[in-house]
Amino acid sequence: MIPLSWYLIFAAVLFCVGLYGVLARKNAIGILLGIELMLNSVNINLIAFWRYRSPDGIAGQAFAIIVFAVAAAEVAVGLALIISIYRRRSSVVADDMNLMKW
Amino acid sequence: MSIEFITWLLPLPPLLAFFVIVLFTNRYKALSHSLAVGAALLSWLGSMIVFIQAIRTEHLGSHPFESVLNWLPTGENWLQIGILVDPLSAATLFFVAWTVLMIFIYSVGYHNYGQPPGDHDKKGLQPHGATVTDDHGHKHLVPSIEPMYSRFFAFIGLFAFGMYTLVVSNNLLTLFVGWEIMGLCSYLLIGFWYQKPSARAAMIKAFITTRVGDVFMLLGIAYLYSTVGSLSYSEIFKPETLQKLASTPAIGSILGLSAAGMIGILLFIGTIGKSAQWPLHVWLPDAMEGPTPVSAMIHAATMVSAGVYMVIRMFPLLQAGSEGGHMTSAMSVLAVIGTFTAIFAATIAVAQNDIKRVLAYSTISQLGYMIAALGIGAYVAATSHLIMHAFFKALLFLGSGSVIHGVEHGVLHTDENVDPQNMFNMGGLRKKMPITFWTFLIGGFALSGFPLVTAGFWSKDEILAEAFGNGHWVVFIALASAAFVTAFYTMRQITLTFLGEPRTESAHHAQETSWTMTLPLVILAIFAVSLGWTGISESFPVIGGLIPNFIHEFVGGTLIEMPEALPFNIVPMLVSVVAALGGLSLGWLVYRNQKAGAEDPLKVALGPVHTLLKNKYYFDEIYETIFVRPAYWLADNFTNQILDRGIIDGILHFIARVASNVGSIFRNYIDKPLVNGFGDFVGEGVKKVGRSIKIMQTGKVQQYLLMALVLVFGAMFYFVFALFRH
Repeated sequence: MIPLSWYLIFAAVLFCVGLYGVLARKNAIGILLGIELMLNSVNINLIAFWRYRSPDGIAGQAFAIIVFAVAAAEVAVGLALIISIYRRRSSVVADDMNLMKW
Repeated sequence: MSIEFITWLLPLPPLLAFFVIVLFTNRYKALSHSLAVGAALLSWLGSMIVFIQAIRTEHLGSHPFESVLNWLPTGENWLQIGILVDPLSAATLFFVAWTVLMIFIYSVGYHNYGQPPGDHDKKGLQPHGATVTDDHGHKHLVPSIEPMYSRFFAFIGLFAFGMYTLVVSNNLLTLFVGWEIMGLCSYLLIGFWYQKPSARAAMIKAFITTRVGDVFMLLGIAYLYSTVGSLSYSEIFKPETLQKLASTPAIGSILGLSAAGMIGILLFIGTIGKSAQWPLHVWLPDAMEGPTPVSAMIHAATMVSAGVYMVIRMFPLLQAGSEGGHMTSAMSVLAVIGTFTAIFAATIAVAQNDIKRVLAYSTISQLGYMIAALGIGAYVAATSHLIMHAFFKALLFLGSGSVIHGVEHGVLHTDENVDPQNMFNMGGLRKKMPITFWTFLIGGFALSGFPLVTAGFWSKDEILAEAFGNGHWVVFIALASAAFVTAFYTMRQITLTFLGEPRTESAHHAQETSWTMTLPLVILAIFAVSLGWTGISESFPVIGGLIPNFIHEFVGGTLIEMPEALPFNIVPMLVSVVAALGGLSLGWLVYRNQKAGAEDPLKVALGPVHTLLKNKYYFDEIYETIFVRPAYWLADNFTNQILDRGIIDGILHFIARVASNVGSIFRNYIDKPLVNGFGDFVGEGVKKVGRSIKIMQTGKVQQYLLMALVLVFGAMFYFVFALFRH
């Protein structure tokens, strides 16, 4: 059986890739993609810990499903915002979106 | 209705009329005068019922109609007010009711009711006449109606209320209330034509002069109350109370007076003011500024009579402590002031040219007679002269008003610029104004004491007889000479006004006045003659005893001890007749040929004395110098400059400055540094911190995330580090 640590290392790598994407990408859609990667890495952790530590309960699976739902909702709202901003400013560059500046 | 109840109601109709006119009917002239005259008529009717009931009651003096109410609680007692009808108040009520009613009716005519409103009459000024066009297209100037017609009737209504209250009250307190109400009304009425500066000055003079007397009177009342504990007459005049008052020395035992004497003199000072006795006589001649009915009200029917009424009322107090007919010190004061005033004012009247002023001084003089009579103990003579005088003096004043009115008519008609009150502008009015002439003649003869037929003769004769019979020689001689002077100036007045030929065009065109004015004259004239017959001494030769000496019996009954009527003596009687007839004939002889524009013959005969008399012995000027100017000076230099601006303002400014300084100390050392400093520090601090950390707020989502990441790493590092330490 594949040891738990492999899953964890994979999840950590995936998280870091997602984090990098969020921080480094200029395209707002890219940032959203990064966020999805990070969420999924968390899901991997949840499922892995469930399978290896307490396979009798279903709390890990339930959490993962909730994270899916949240991610889907977040993407829906996020994409809608981005489309709205694009219509106004013809740009999806995150650095241009500084309306909340002091 | 019991007689007491009617007496309670007597003062009310004029008061009601006053309020109704002032509040509601001010604009409706006919309604206003109907209300006022109606109210006077009601009071008159009630008074007559009370009077008739009073003369039909036996021993009214010892059993008067009296009724008392609790009025004000004073500690454990009540201050009581009540009404009292004894012979004195019944007699006073009689003449007050008649004269008041006559004056009310007369006022309707005097203020030109029924005439058109003036062309340019203003409120507060005498009416100046109105232009009317007759059937032939001629324009005439005729008298115009008084602009403040209703106001006048409201005021005299209040005045009548004051007098009725004073007469029917059974105590000094309500008497004083009525007294002061009249004082107020006299002020308002003298200044009725308030746009005239002279009227304004006269109203203030009258008010302040009488106020001087009233203050002393109030002191007397307070003294009496603190000594006796009651102000009702029946309490004060109990023999034991009087005995006690007479034997107690006055506070500070001034001049060895007893408490009774002291109170009597204090109250009498009130009378000096109200009845215009020397030295407070100065207001009365000036009070002629008011309309003529006011002069009659003030000088005959009500106010000045009230003063004499009050001392007559207080006679038992004044007399308290006298033994065997001797005069007490209070009575001597009365005798001296009264006698002096009688002769003093009579001489001034000789040199006056204004028809009303002559009468004003004659009033002062006649009131002096009454006071002098009371001073020598002639209680009944004083009362009967008060009653007679009220009638014939009201008659004379109303007659003079009628004369002025008639001459004013002439002035309007001819458009001549003459003073309608100056007797030297008149003459020959007997043909133009016959009713006024005959009634004025009767009044004048009554004033001079024309023998046998007139009322004034009997009452004046009685005073002289009392003075003679009791051996008061100085009083007798002074009063007898005053009687001579009185007869002289009266005839001077009659001759100048009515006899001879008209001296001006206005007098030539004078016209008899309306019936509302002549009717009161006729009625008063009847009294001025007939009333004397009720007071004929029973020992008078031939006619004595034909009619009982009603006044003596009735009025004398007020006193506990009925005063004895003096036996008849021919000497004072002869003196009185000679004085009256001599004065009258002299007056006629001197003035019968007075020509228009000619000097007063008296001026030629008396020279500088005439100037002295004409200027009223310079009393106005003396008072101006002694009292008025120093009062102004004191007011300006002491009260205004030192007291008001210096001390009172100084204290205020000092307090203000201290408060202001303490305030700025608080401001500079507490408020600004501490309170403001703390507030500013918090506000500025928050602002500074905000300004320095606001740069983090870039609005860029990736930078926020980076910052969050850094902080998370920092926290993790911290925790891990902390964990490893333990």
